[in-house]
Amino acid sequence: MAKDALFEIGLEELPARFVDDAEQQLVLKTEDWLKELRISFTSITSFSTPRRIAVLIHDMAEEQTTMEEEAKGPAEKIAKDADGNWTKAAIGFTKGQGKTTDDIYTKEVNGTSYIFVKKHITGKQTIELLPGFKNIILALQFAKNMRWGEEILRYARPIRWLVALFDNEIVPFEIARVTTGNQTFGHRFLGEPITLNHPNDYADALAQNYVVADAKHREKLIVDGIKELEEKEGFNIPISTSLLNEVCNLVEYPTVFMGSFDESFLKLPTEVLVTSMAEHQRYFPVESKDGKLLPHFVGVRNGNEHKLQTVVKGNEKVLKARLSDAQFFYEEDQKHTIDFYLQKLEKVVFQEKLGTIHDKVERITNVTETLATHLNVDQETKQRAVRAAQISKFDLMTNMVNEFTELQGVMGEKYAINFGEDKIVAKAVAEHYMPRHANGDLPETIEGSIVSVADKLDTIVGCISVGLIPTGSQDPYGLRRQAVGILKTLQENEWNISVESLLEITQNLYQTVDIEKEDSDNVSNELIEFFKMRATYLMKEISISQDVIQAVLFNNIGIVGYTLDKASVLSEKRNDPEFKQVQEAFTRVLNLSKKAQYAEVNKDLFETSSEQGLYEKYQKVYDDYMDKSKNRDAIYAMKQLSEFAEPIHSFFEHNMVMAEDENIRKNRLALINLVAKLIYDYADMTKIEWKQHF
Amino acid sequence: MNIQEMILTLQKHWSDQNCILTQAYDVEKGAGTMSPMTLLRSLGPEPWNVAYVEPSRRPADGRYGKNPNRLYQHHQFQVIMKPSPDNIQELYLDSLKALGIDPLEHDIRFVEDNWENPTLGAAGLGWEVWLDGMEITQFTYFQQIGGLEASPVTVELTYGLERLASYIQDKENVFDLEWTDGVTVKDIFFQPEFEHSTYTFEESDTDMLFNLFTMYELEAKRTMDNGLVFPAYDYVLKCSHTFNLLDAKGVISVTERTGYISRIRNLARSIAKAYVAKREELGFPMLSKEEK
Repeated sequence: MAKDALFEIGLEELPARFVDDAEQQLVLKTEDWLKELRISFTSITSFSTPRRIAVLIHDMAEEQTTMEEEAKGPAEKIAKDADGNWTKAAIGFTKGQGKTTDDIYTKEVNGTSYIFVKKHITGKQTIELLPGFKNIILALQFAKNMRWGEEILRYARPIRWLVALFDNEIVPFEIARVTTGNQTFGHRFLGEPITLNHPNDYADALAQNYVVADAKHREKLIVDGIKELEEKEGFNIPISTSLLNEVCNLVEYPTVFMGSFDESFLKLPTEVLVTSMAEHQRYFPVESKDGKLLPHFVGVRNGNEHKLQTVVKGNEKVLKARLSDAQFFYEEDQKHTIDFYLQKLEKVVFQEKLGTIHDKVERITNVTETLATHLNVDQETKQRAVRAAQISKFDLMTNMVNEFTELQGVMGEKYAINFGEDKIVAKAVAEHYMPRHANGDLPETIEGSIVSVADKLDTIVGCISVGLIPTGSQDPYGLRRQAVGILKTLQENEWNISVESLLEITQNLYQTVDIEKEDSDNVSNELIEFFKMRATYLMKEISISQDVIQAVLFNNIGIVGYTLDKASVLSEKRNDPEFKQVQEAFTRVLNLSKKAQYAEVNKDLFETSSEQGLYEKYQKVYDDYMDKSKNRDAIYAMKQLSEFAEPIHSFFEHNMVMAEDENIRKNRLALINLVAKLIYDYADMTKIEWKQHF
Repeated sequence: MNIQEMILTLQKHWSDQNCILTQAYDVEKGAGTMSPMTLLRSLGPEPWNVAYVEPSRRPADGRYGKNPNRLYQHHQFQVIMKPSPDNIQELYLDSLKALGIDPLEHDIRFVEDNWENPTLGAAGLGWEVWLDGMEITQFTYFQQIGGLEASPVTVELTYGLERLASYIQDKENVFDLEWTDGVTVKDIFFQPEFEHSTYTFEESDTDMLFNLFTMYELEAKRTMDNGLVFPAYDYVLKCSHTFNLLDAKGVISVTERTGYISRIRNLARSIAKAYVAKREELGFPMLSKEEK
């Protein structure tokens, strides 16, 4: 007979961001646990709200599956004496397994015969094993844990009740002085305590007590409510997934409502309105059919329709206070000038050892100027980029950004335009924070791209110079994300400048800054290692294998776009049977070159035509290759290199490299070295695990 | 319900929960948490349940009485319970009911909010409590105080009285709130708001304040060296308020700023340690006999 089981963890309100993940963890851990215990079941249904996470396990076996296990004993020649009788060793083994010598059979393992017995393991009663669910609950992981009362346990939030039922039987265990039972609780205000007679009563009993325990269902109720309003009022209400998810996990019984605010607030920048509504108040902003923001919002109450108007009124009042503040800031902020704010930056620390933000802005401006010169952008673009750099941080000192920190850059652009700055300059101010998150958009303008790279370079070089290197999960300045941002921007814009030169430019500018720095050689090694890790990460994301990554990064990161192109060429060649011959030639040259030291090649010492041939090929390929390489044409550069294959094979076929005559030997090695250098310029192909079949 | 009745109601409610009702602490401070009734008493193993109104000064928030929501000095109703009771959320919600807020007619939510005060080496986890979208209370389980692990854990409830009153009385400007029948917040606090703002931003004697900071700091250290925890802590509070005045006036440069904060933090930390040591020396007198 199969039974059902219910486990529910009742908590004080979990942070919304923990709920979904906790539910998933609970399901996976329960499945693994039941499999390990050999307890069969048909399926698991899971539930979650801010106050509870639960699993309902259907049709569980009442006992563990029985199991046949083979126990291996000593070798047969030890188990039997000369007369073929069982030895003490054999008897001891069977006893140890709870068997007799009658149960022995033999089997060969790696050519030797061993004795075995079959063990029949009878399953235990499921109910005896279920208290072990305690460990599943304790194994859930949360981003942040806390202690409460006098408990030692650290958990996401205090545990207030535990339900553990196997059909109608309570599974006994205790966590942090809370013992399991069959009582759960309905909605905090609308529901009652509920005694469950059977696990299957769970969802219905909760529903009657104003708890929609199925998160998907709760989400659907919210979406339906929003759609209904949309239809009724002729609105367009964009539903952001992350907001929907958060709102869904802030309520147990959702009721969607609409509120309004004074039309005059629509004069505020859209971002300010949207941030106030969505980020601060968790409302869905409302648009007209043609996408214009309307003076309405949609909220979700944790409760029913009773006195909904009071709730609406309260929410409207809060939003009005927020928007009035914003409006006040907006007007106040524009009474000053950009210079007024820039001056204030002198008083704000960027990082203790790296000075003020004002200092940082000066450095960003310098890097921007140098970078623009390197990239040969026209004079006007350069001037705009420099101006954008100079004013990149002014908005940090405005009231609005002080209150709405997430609007840094966005307000910068708005205000810059109002203050009469060039539109592209203003846009670059907003864009220099891009990408704003791991997969965020990159700047569109060249000016924004340059300042974005300059700002991030300054932060990374500065932090690493004073020893603030990210470790493990600790990356308080977001250096990793910023480095990836730089690499992506370089790639996107196809800039012809290597990562190493960028680092050098920034590091050189830092030399003149009066800060306590670590040894500059060390720093530059740290920087390069740090960027190589980020480049590796970036390439892995586009499924380039580790060996190819190592091959292209062996020397330096170089020009990002070109390095990535080389990596994709090699990824393809790696599996291309036709490339086998070329690759073998390269590998031979590279391996041998490790024994060579640099020397001039002396043509007069050539003895064979194949030597001559390889050298001539080199001279011809060199120019073409360098040309392709300069144009960062990874495919044609490889084509050029491939021309070496023939002459290399011929060279090895007809020449003894390790010739007895020292001069000839050295000369041949020098030639090999020359060719190797050119191949290395592309990648260290000895690092690649070639996948052609040999 | 006027503010005076709100205070009386909350006092009665928490008194019924065996909280000691104390009066506001008589040294300037930026938040109710900084009262020794919270900061020091939440340390160590002794049980401690207390409730009080704390006028909190934030010089930088002074707006000459012109801003409808910001004040140089506002009022917090502070509840501290150690160890945190299992039914603390219910006790809190009952206090709202006592204030006439029927949860069935509103939308009350617990929204994650983790609190940290680096100046005091303090951190906690909990929520902001929302009433129809407005934050009315900070609900925190202390995890660390003065750099020491909080064990057992203290729970702190901080009601923003003016916020809550603006909802209960349905007023948009804090100065229109009724303190008691016929007397508004404006009547009592407008002049001090204006004058304190003027003093903070225009009139304060910067040199004197810098001198005071140094003197208070030295006195705090000296007093602590003599094993006098509470007097030493008073001087830390004075340091903190003096720093806030200087900071609001914008006369503390960046580098100095971090320096001042860490000076206060170091003092707070060593006082926290000294307090626990002193209580231990006294045999933790508030532990009941069985607990000892």
